[in-house]
Amino acid sequence: MEAIGVLMACPIMPYLEEELDRRFKLFRFWNFPHKKEFLKEHAHSIRAVVGNAFAGADASLIDALPSLEIVASFSVGLDKVDLVKCKEKGIRVTNTPDVLTEDVADLTIGLILATLRRICESDRYVRSGLWKMGDFKLTTKFSGKTVGIIGLGRIGLAIAKRAEAFGCPISYYSRTKKTDSTYKYFPNVIELASNCNILVVACPLTEETRHIINQQVIDAVGPKGILINIGRGPHVDEPGLVSALLEGRLGGAGLDVFEHEPEVPEQLFGLDNVVLTPHIGSGTVETRTAMADLVLGNLEAHFSNKPLLTPVV
Amino acid sequence: MENQNPVPTVIPKVLVLRPPPVFPFFEPRYSDKFQFLKAWESPIPTEEFLETHAASVAALLTCGFNRITPDILRRLPSLRLIVTTSAGLDHIDLPECRRRGIAVADAGSVFSEDVADAAVGLLLDVLRRVSAAGRYVRAGLWPLNGDYPLGTKLGGKRVGIIGLGNIGLEVAKRLEAFGCFISYTSRTKKASVSFPFYQSAIELAAYCDILVICCMLTDQTRHMVNKEVLKALGKEGVVINIARGGVIDEKELVRCLVEGEIAGAGLDVFEREPEVPKELFTLDNVVLSPHCAVLTEEAVGDLCELLAANLEAFFSNKPLISQVAT
Repeated sequence: MEAIGVLMACPIMPYLEEELDRRFKLFRFWNFPHKKEFLKEHAHSIRAVVGNAFAGADASLIDALPSLEIVASFSVGLDKVDLVKCKEKGIRVTNTPDVLTEDVADLTIGLILATLRRICESDRYVRSGLWKMGDFKLTTKFSGKTVGIIGLGRIGLAIAKRAEAFGCPISYYSRTKKTDSTYKYFPNVIELASNCNILVVACPLTEETRHIINQQVIDAVGPKGILINIGRGPHVDEPGLVSALLEGRLGGAGLDVFEHEPEVPEQLFGLDNVVLTPHIGSGTVETRTAMADLVLGNLEAHFSNKPLLTPVV
Repeated sequence: MENQNPVPTVIPKVLVLRPPPVFPFFEPRYSDKFQFLKAWESPIPTEEFLETHAASVAALLTCGFNRITPDILRRLPSLRLIVTTSAGLDHIDLPECRRRGIAVADAGSVFSEDVADAAVGLLLDVLRRVSAAGRYVRAGLWPLNGDYPLGTKLGGKRVGIIGLGNIGLEVAKRLEAFGCFISYTSRTKKASVSFPFYQSAIELAAYCDILVICCMLTDQTRHMVNKEVLKALGKEGVVINIARGGVIDEKELVRCLVEGEIAGAGLDVFEREPEVPKELFTLDNVVLSPHCAVLTEEAVGDLCELLAANLEAFFSNKPLISQVAT
């Protein structure tokens, strides 16, 4: 398969890159400063694109690759892939579901605990020598608090299962009510936000869910509640969120994703009720390796005319 | 018409040697119910203070860092009750209390959930580098240096709990939901629990990837997590301590962390608080917290209510709420 051209949209992971290099003719998009020239010369030989949450295959790239057969995304979210266009053109699309579910759910609980219990700040307190001056302040208990989840898919359910072990009542909002769920359903996000202590964004990013966390939802969570975002940055009206945190209208936030990664609003850096992580939801050696194997497995299957492992389109 | 003055109610006295961490919250809420004899506020030495002012005192409110020795107890001839704000009892001479007929009440399980939450929070932070990655973001390094290095998955890990009391059980319950496999060591095997039991910390460490210390500090458990246990835990091992600093040989732990003999640690307690070994400050695989696993608004509120309820029960000759066996 060494002659098959594969375009990697951005740097992802050394293991994946090495394997793609070994098995295919790999083009590293980021190494070509003049994209137009590159595409002119090599587009015809590119039959696959490998992308992730940061860069995928939008309409213009798809149009520029006449031989494109498959987009294999190193992510479960496909907001960076023009799915409609792929479907139109018969281009297959795969993602990496299930293998990252546990790690993302684990990080979600980690963010909740870090935010409510001020773990990062208390670590800073010790390292800076402040403990010698006096005890740390009182923080907020997690166990027993109501967790409201937006999106009850694989990740949402995994978050719920973990939160239940802390005695947390679970409620959710979803496009449709889940008939087999015992969790409390709310028909809209504002009602969910008004009735929980911890609001978690765990749904896919689509046209409908862009800025699903807007000013009204933030106000509904309120100064005693916290927001956790492990979805996508554009789920949240980021400037609105920043204002609300600076003004004390929102109790706190744990954020793994941002509207313009890797840029993070600097006004958040000084807030002790905000926990910031650089999109590490699936960031463990075990999971990223499993994700890479899924990408490779899907490509191998496609080019061997076998059934795809995790097709979306 | 003659006004009858109401008979003044005697507000019972409660001796406090040095203020427990919760005292600034407790005193204002209950100063109308109890008269606090504050030994630390007196300029005279404690022994003299006790002899002069505490001869008739029946109740003592204490905490983990006041050692209640036979010497102190001798100076309190009327003492019938010790209420400690801690769940641990290593600071109280229990045999002497039994001999004197002094009842002891502790914090029961009032903050077990909060402590278990803190243990899980520390573990997730160590494995997934939440604090270290947060520092990376706040230093502006994400746009400069790219993605943060990968952490370690929690799911599927073997967690060994040292001490399966209230707190240990709460930790076990939580970590099972993350797909961890729980085993434990304890003074005695718990018949009601199905987790695999190991006779010693070293056997537990050999089998597990993660140790969570949830036991009391006693003569038997002092420095129980020592060089051999850490070696058995191995290079991928993680230690979480929300119990007492003295359970770990701290010097050895620091050496192992600095030299990469174990993979990481989450520590809420230390041998000589608030002193913390400076070698730990430059490590990203270590998360440190200032003995605050119990310090939530909710736990403090619940603890204050429990302390008051025990004292009120005692002074009304009713059964204590959270009496411990001496």
